[in-house]
Amino acid sequence: MMELELTLPVNSSRDHVLGPQKAPITLLEYGDYECPYCRQANLIVGNVVQQLGDKMRFAFRNFPLTQIHPHAQHAAEAAECAGAQNKFWEMHDILYENQQALEDENLLEYAEILELNMSRFQKDFYNHTFAGLIREDFLSGVRSGVNGTPTFYINRMRYNDSWDQETLTRTLIDIINENL
Amino acid sequence: MSSQADQQKQTSNALQPGATAPNFTLRTTPDKSVSLDQFRGNPVILLFYPADFSPVCGDEVSLYNEILPEFQRLNAEVIGISVDGIWCHLAFSKHKNLRFPLLSDFEPKGNVAQQYGVYRKNDGVSERALFLVDKDGVIRYSYVSPIRVNPGADGILKALESLPQSTEQKEDTST
Repeated sequence: MMELELTLPVNSSRDHVLGPQKAPITLLEYGDYECPYCRQANLIVGNVVQQLGDKMRFAFRNFPLTQIHPHAQHAAEAAECAGAQNKFWEMHDILYENQQALEDENLLEYAEILELNMSRFQKDFYNHTFAGLIREDFLSGVRSGVNGTPTFYINRMRYNDSWDQETLTRTLIDIINENL
Repeated sequence: MSSQADQQKQTSNALQPGATAPNFTLRTTPDKSVSLDQFRGNPVILLFYPADFSPVCGDEVSLYNEILPEFQRLNAEVIGISVDGIWCHLAFSKHKNLRFPLLSDFEPKGNVAQQYGVYRKNDGVSERALFLVDKDGVIRYSYVSPIRVNPGADGILKALESLPQSTEQKEDTST
């Protein structure tokens, strides 16, 4: 029953991926911008990415739990709208840093801070251009055994251990060393 | 974690695929009851969980709530069942903005969970268990998760998709 493998592999043509394509390890997170644990995880992942540098890739997929987090869906859409203008990660961080302010007007403010093309941003945002992609992210997570947020995968396998910085870093380094 | 799950599975008395799903009628609100057999003709997902407001359950019902459109696309209904009373269910349901009914296995306590073989006598609550009942009332999938582990929905979705499509079946019987 415990299907632990990622059903939709990370693919830089559909996913937001940080780090070199040929990195020996890919860490994928399914997250929700209104989830307090994801906010915590975002800080930890940032540190881990900094520490491991070119040895890893980090990818993020949306898993908004919209019935308990009423702002999560629009926040995810704002990140994708920014992504269409090559500013996904900038928006991603702003959203987590401002988790208590995710009303639509806040999201538009963040787009302005990032100096996005506002007419394009608003068009994409209000037309829900990326809602389908977000649903695809969500369903790929459901089928891969995501049972809450954040859920991590390391090279296609679900990571079930604690995601505190020390444990996560050690696990990644061990896998990198095994693959050498 | 999976070996723990396997172990749990082996020692569980849960009804297995192929068994007829025992019918039940339980309260969902002060003036409304729900019976399993009223869903006959469509698949039903029975989500037994230990208690309202416990952290893991919250995640589990939230997840199923979020996936509901996907279950409905496959013509399946979702029913949550725990030993909590209806007032507790109402508060929990409102808190989580749930869009599927929670049934109260309250009196006699845990009676339905016992019939499905998923009652934890020592704790006085049900196991965290999933059953897929097909359109004819037969169990097609049964899973008991370690009590603290949210089972996710990948297994039940796969089981649901492997059922013959109930809409086609319905059309067949009407012609």
